[in-house]
Amino acid sequence: MSNDAPGSATNDRVTDFEKAEASEPFQRLKKRHRSFVFPLGIAFLVWYFAYVLLADYAHEFMATPVFGNVNVGLLFGLGQFVTTFAITTWYVSFANRRLDPLADEIRSDLTSTGHASRSVR
Amino acid sequence: MFAAAATETTSVGEPLLNIGIFAAFVAITLVVVLRASRNNKTAADYYAAGRSFTGPQNGTAIAGDYLSAASFLGICGAIAVNGYDGFLYSIGFLVAWLVALLFVAELMRNTGKFTMADVLSFRLKQRPVRLAAATTTLAVCFFYLLAQMAGAGGLVSLLLGIDQAVGQSIVVAVVGALMILYVLVGGMKGTTWVQIIKAALLIAGAFIMTVWVLAIYGFNLSTLLGAAAETGGEAVLSPGLQYDLTDLSRLDFVSLALALVLGTAGLPHVLMRFYTVPTAREARRSVVWAIWLIGVFYLFTLVLGYGAGALIGKDTILAAPGGVNSAAPLLAFELGGPLLLGLISAVAFATILAVVAGLTITAATSFAHDVYASVIKKGKAEPGTEVRVARITVVVIGIVAIIGGIGVQGQNVAFLVALAFAVAASANLPTILYSLYWKRFSTRGALWSMYGGLGSAVLLIVFSPVVSGAETSIFKDVDFALYPLSNPGIVSIPLGFLLGFLGTVTSRTLENPAVAAEMDVRSLTGYGAEEATKH
Repeated sequence: MSNDAPGSATNDRVTDFEKAEASEPFQRLKKRHRSFVFPLGIAFLVWYFAYVLLADYAHEFMATPVFGNVNVGLLFGLGQFVTTFAITTWYVSFANRRLDPLADEIRSDLTSTGHASRSVR
Repeated sequence: MFAAAATETTSVGEPLLNIGIFAAFVAITLVVVLRASRNNKTAADYYAAGRSFTGPQNGTAIAGDYLSAASFLGICGAIAVNGYDGFLYSIGFLVAWLVALLFVAELMRNTGKFTMADVLSFRLKQRPVRLAAATTTLAVCFFYLLAQMAGAGGLVSLLLGIDQAVGQSIVVAVVGALMILYVLVGGMKGTTWVQIIKAALLIAGAFIMTVWVLAIYGFNLSTLLGAAAETGGEAVLSPGLQYDLTDLSRLDFVSLALALVLGTAGLPHVLMRFYTVPTAREARRSVVWAIWLIGVFYLFTLVLGYGAGALIGKDTILAAPGGVNSAAPLLAFELGGPLLLGLISAVAFATILAVVAGLTITAATSFAHDVYASVIKKGKAEPGTEVRVARITVVVIGIVAIIGGIGVQGQNVAFLVALAFAVAASANLPTILYSLYWKRFSTRGALWSMYGGLGSAVLLIVFSPVVSGAETSIFKDVDFALYPLSNPGIVSIPLGFLLGFLGTVTSRTLENPAVAAEMDVRSLTGYGAEEATKH
């Protein structure tokens, strides 16, 4: 790693990235990634802000007792932890099964198509 | 989140014991840092630890970097005193990690090298974009660093029994000097190990205390809540104690929540940690580990906060030196006497040390790599000089942090942490997301968004009640507070996104489509990504 010059963009002139970008497998990967992360991202943000607004403006509702001293607000708050852990686990399993194999395939194609890139092993 | 230190009254526990345990921590981490520094040869070693950490290691270090004293002492105290509203904070800090996991971590790792600016300038004009990104990076690091250093001074009065200004200044200087030593010698590798050790101690300490508190209440959360409500009043169990004053204060909370949830994925010292692992897959594993550790830790603080509220009581906590921040240390003393208090105090100091080290190496890297090598030397810096500049920058930043930390003593600088998050969310996140997901995004859009986001967040704070016109302001006697909230996020974050959009659609020059395609392909596939150095 002697290449410390900033601006990694111009180092690789051999690989035809525009062709690679237009290729079917890459478009499939891109679509798969975006159609997973965008809806999920919007969903958790909506759920988080719904929670914040409830905690901020609907105190009485949040103070409704559910059992013992546990109220709606606490359950919703703990629910945020549960959904965060669940989304994390879901994304990881999705990425391992559906994204990584395809990305690995495209990467090894790019490496082996004769366009020796700078990061040869 | 750090209340200013109260300067009189006594401390609890044995100051000598506290100092002894902290000294042991310093000794152990110094040995580790020295051992880790043997292989610091290249820039990749110094800035990115040779990209040799595993996902779990890096995830633990991220937790160590992220769980600042503000989140440990501040959130415990906020829950103890204000009940549910303290809990609300911690949720924002946690959920924010999903933004980093889903949108940012892996793509950043695949396209960048050392800094946030590497990614942002990938397909845009190098020098102006790097300069802008370095500016926002340095701003965020500076605000955060100042808050941490001020916190170190504030902690002293409670934990070490040093309550004169001179003594506190000495402690700030010692923390700063240790931090310079760690970062100078250990680079990213040493910093990472300090953060890993600190995270392990912090989470273990919080775990022990949590089990202890739960045991007192028969492992029944409802009983614990009941006890907290008995001492602190029914109101601690539901939201509204802290923010239920006016419509404005409610809006202020929405503004804060926005900055918390969107700021994390734009914090430069968090982003830089993704370069210390060999692949994007390891970057993903890092975030997963970080989310679990941080999430579990905040669940502990929920128990600790209510436990402190129940066992010690709001009035005692507020009357103690250190105020709200003293809840966790007082609880430790109540449970385990001087020894547990000593451990928790040492952990609190270790926390400050680890966080300032992470901030300093991030700021120094950004200055040396982005400003010095790319902007000043136009990418033609002599090999080796860049890292030398980084090391010099570490010393300069350390000295500035010490002077700043001493200078702001007695001031309420809690707003600085919120400001750092607001700047990260307004100036960094829009450009990061646009660069990674919007092909048309242009240099002008990036510059407008970064400078606009940074400028608006800082200006709004200057013209807010934080600075003037209120009881708690820095300048109480004058009033130029034109902006009614203490958190700029609700205005500056949408503005950052809007400016990025407007700057792009109004620019006539199109960026190089070949480089845009390259970034697109590399960000998702990891082709040509920086690899780990072999030793």
